[in-house]
Amino acid sequence: MATSVIETHELTKRFGNFTAVDRITFQVQPGEIFGFLGANGAGKTTAMRMLTGLSRPTAGEGIVAGYDVYRQAEQIKRRIGYMSQRFSLYEDLTVRENIQFYAGIYGLPWRSIRSKTSELIERLQLGEVARTLVGSLPLGWKQKLAFSTAILHDPEIVFLDEPTGGVDPITRRQFWEMIYAAADRGVTIFVTTHYMDESEYCDRISMMVDGEIRALGSPHDLKTQYDQPDMNGVFLQLARHSERS
Amino acid sequence: MITIQANEVNKKYGDTIALRDLSLSVEKGELFGLIGPDGAGKTSLIRILTTLLLADKGTATVNGHDVVKSYRAIRRQVGYMPGRFSLYQDLSVEENLRFFATAFGTTIEANYDVIRDIYQQIEPFRRRRAGALSGGMKQKLALSCALVHRPEVLFLDEPTTGVDPVSRQEFWQILKGLQERGITILVSTPYMDEASLCDRIALIQDGQLLGIDTPAALRKAYPHPLWDLQSSRRYELLHFLRQQEFTLSVFPFGETLHLATRPDVPEHQIRESCYSQGFTDIQLTRIEATIEDCFMDRMAPTADPEIH
Repeated sequence: MATSVIETHELTKRFGNFTAVDRITFQVQPGEIFGFLGANGAGKTTAMRMLTGLSRPTAGEGIVAGYDVYRQAEQIKRRIGYMSQRFSLYEDLTVRENIQFYAGIYGLPWRSIRSKTSELIERLQLGEVARTLVGSLPLGWKQKLAFSTAILHDPEIVFLDEPTGGVDPITRRQFWEMIYAAADRGVTIFVTTHYMDESEYCDRISMMVDGEIRALGSPHDLKTQYDQPDMNGVFLQLARHSERS
Repeated sequence: MITIQANEVNKKYGDTIALRDLSLSVEKGELFGLIGPDGAGKTSLIRILTTLLLADKGTATVNGHDVVKSYRAIRRQVGYMPGRFSLYQDLSVEENLRFFATAFGTTIEANYDVIRDIYQQIEPFRRRRAGALSGGMKQKLALSCALVHRPEVLFLDEPTTGVDPVSRQEFWQILKGLQERGITILVSTPYMDEASLCDRIALIQDGQLLGIDTPAALRKAYPHPLWDLQSSRRYELLHFLRQQEFTLSVFPFGETLHLATRPDVPEHQIRESCYSQGFTDIQLTRIEATIEDCFMDRMAPTADPEIH
C-alpha cells in the first residue's frame, strides 16, 4: 500500500437493498492520469464520493493519499483537489477573490496565499481580468481557473468530474494540456468524461457497469482485448447490456 | 418546402451578444443539427423559434407562421424538449405525461401511437415520481411529454448532454424513428461526433454560423491537407510539430494527432523531419477531415491568451 495514491479493496456502498458500488478493487499510481468511465447510473459518482471522503463506505477498504476513507475523511479532504462538471467558482467574486477564497479554504497561510495568487494570475495570463467578476469570463477561462484553484494547495491527487462538458473543441484540448502539465509535476489525475476520444488521453481507464469495475487497463490494452478500433467501441460493448441505465 | 426559417436573427442580453444576424432554414422532414459549444447561442435560437423568447431584430417562421404574430399556432404545432430537465419532479411518470397532454387539449390515449416506442420503455415505472428516475429514463419521459400532442416539428435542446455513449446511441435511433414518421427535427448538441447522424448541420459559435451544409459537404470543403499521425511519444510529437514551418495546426484526436499543413507539403518532408528528431515509429496517413476538424478550422480566433 506504500506507493499508490489510491488503493481500494472490495469497496462497497449500499443504499438500503440497492448496491450502488459493488466491491471495486483498484490502485492509482502517483502522477498517473486515471480515467474513471461508466454508463449513467453505473455508480461513478457514489464511488467518487467515497474516495473524496464525502460518503462513508458500507464495506471494503480504501486508502486515499495515505489516509483511510472511514476514519480519516477530513485528512483526505485536505490532501485532494476537486473540480466538478459545473464550475466550482463563485461567479460574483473576482478572479483574485476566487483564488484567495479557495486558498483560504484549503488552509494555506496568508503570506503564501498572496504570493500563490499573484503567481497563478501571472501563469494563466489573467492579469488584465484579475479584478473582473468570474461570471463574465469566457467559459474556457473559467475552466482553466477552476482547475488551477483545485490544485493550488499542491494536492497529491485531483478529482475532475466531467471537467470539459460543453466546451469548444480547442478549449477542450487546451484543458487536457493543463492536465498533462499537472501530471508531469507529479499530481495524480482522476477524471471522468463522456467524451470517448478524451478517455484515450488517460494512462489507464476503468469501466464501471452496474456498480462493478468490468474492465481496467490502458486504452491500448482495452481496445486490443475487446477488439475495437476506439474507446467508443469498447464502451458500447461493455455497457450495452447494463441493467441500470 | 421550408418548415423552419430564421432571417438575420439578433439577440442580446445586456452587453452579451447571443445571436448575430443568424439565418438558416430547415426543410420539411429534415433531421437538422445545431452543433456548437456552450454559449454558442443554440438555446437562444431554439427559444426564439419556439416563441418563448423575442428576437431583438430579424424574423423567423415555423410551418409558415411568424414567431411573433402567430405564436399561438406555432405552439400547437411544435414540441420542445428543453436542455434542463423540465418535468414536475414530484408528479409520477404518468401524471407528467397526462399533464402535458391535457395542457394541449388532448389525451395520452389519442396519441399513444406517436409515443409508444419510447414510452413503453418507461411504462413499467409509470407510478414512480419523475424525480426518482435515472437519467436515461428522465430523458425518455421528457421526450414523450414533448411528443404527446403530436407535433409536426420537434425542437430538442441538447438532449444527449451528459449522457453516456450507449444512451446517446439509443436516443439517436429514436430520433431517426421520429423522422421516419415525417416529423421535422431540429436538435442541438455539443458533441461533434453526432453531426454525422444529421441530414444537415449548422456549426455555430459566439452567436454566428461557421457553416451550414450536409456533414459530408462540410468535411469535403475542409481547405487544408490533413494527416493522421501516430507515435508512442504522442505529446512530444505534438510539441515538435507545433514548431514546424509546414504546420498550420496540430491537435490531439484520441490516440492520434491530426496535422493540417500548408498546401503542397510532400509526405516525405513530414516523415523525414519527424525521423530526424527521433520519432522513428510514426505512422503517417492522409485523411479526410472530421466535423471536429472543420469546426476548429472555422472557429473565430478567440481572445484566449493561450491559444496556439
